[in-house]
Amino acid sequence: MASAEHKHPNYMAIFWYLAILTVVEIAVIYAPLAKLTIGVLLCALALGKAVLVAMYFMHLRFETRTLGMVAITPLAIATLLVFLLLPDGFAVAKRTTGAKAAVSAPAKP
Amino acid sequence: MSQAAVHSAVEPAETPLTPDSWGKLGMWIFLAGDAVGFGTLLAAYGMMRATSGDWPNPYAVLGINLTALMTFLLICSSVTMVKGLEWLGKGDRSKCKMFLFLTALGGAIFVSLQAYEWTHLIHRGLHINGNPWGASLFGTTFFLVTGFHGLHVTGGVIYLLAILRYVTNRPEPRASYNAVEIVGLYWHFVDLVWIMVFTFMYLI
Repeated sequence: MASAEHKHPNYMAIFWYLAILTVVEIAVIYAPLAKLTIGVLLCALALGKAVLVAMYFMHLRFETRTLGMVAITPLAIATLLVFLLLPDGFAVAKRTTGAKAAVSAPAKP
Repeated sequence: MSQAAVHSAVEPAETPLTPDSWGKLGMWIFLAGDAVGFGTLLAAYGMMRATSGDWPNPYAVLGINLTALMTFLLICSSVTMVKGLEWLGKGDRSKCKMFLFLTALGGAIFVSLQAYEWTHLIHRGLHINGNPWGASLFGTTFFLVTGFHGLHVTGGVIYLLAILRYVTNRPEPRASYNAVEIVGLYWHFVDLVWIMVFTFMYLI
């Protein structure tokens, strides 16, 4: 790619997508939905906005594969991190919520 | 010699690295590292919140009207950034400089609003080691994550102003295209991180 300028996408369209998605995000938190549903929706909306920014504003769509690989690496590491933390999270949650139950029926060793 | 020509003919999809793209590659590698830093902070936040019994409801406590405005402001400053690059590509240096200045101004207003928000919240009792609404880690994580992001915006404003000066001093407008594109990468990354911070720390 070097200094050769790539084609500029329609930035205003991306801006409107981002603005609309932000409004939808704020609407979602007041929607009469389950807390988990709201959480999943918000994560999906945030991911959508992040992809729009990376692909069009940061021109990742028009870049070489090398830069794409560099960009995707932290995403892979973050996903790994979540799975590394999950067992600990479950253990702590079990200890705090299951403390009462454990008194009457202690868990097997 | 002919071997090299054959080799490059085999893989036409990947253009070789040129001195112009080194800077871009360097910025992307830096941003990847920075993204892991933010990712770790947000993962730690999620972990503490998930395992806490009395975490306050962020959007009820923090108030999201001002933050929504700040989010919108940062998106706008990303648009002025790409517009600046677009004008520079067309060879219009003065328009590029105007848009770069607007981008830096947007960042400066963002940081000012954040300072206002922090002051307001501190007066209401949100401190780094405790708050009136529940888990004390709520304040710790809030100030740490938004502060780390605010520091990035502050650095970005300084970076943008330095590049503005660089664009002014180049004899030929197109000579600064690469530098403007690289500062743009940093700036959009800061915007991207705010999208995540806004979602995880204010909305959910």
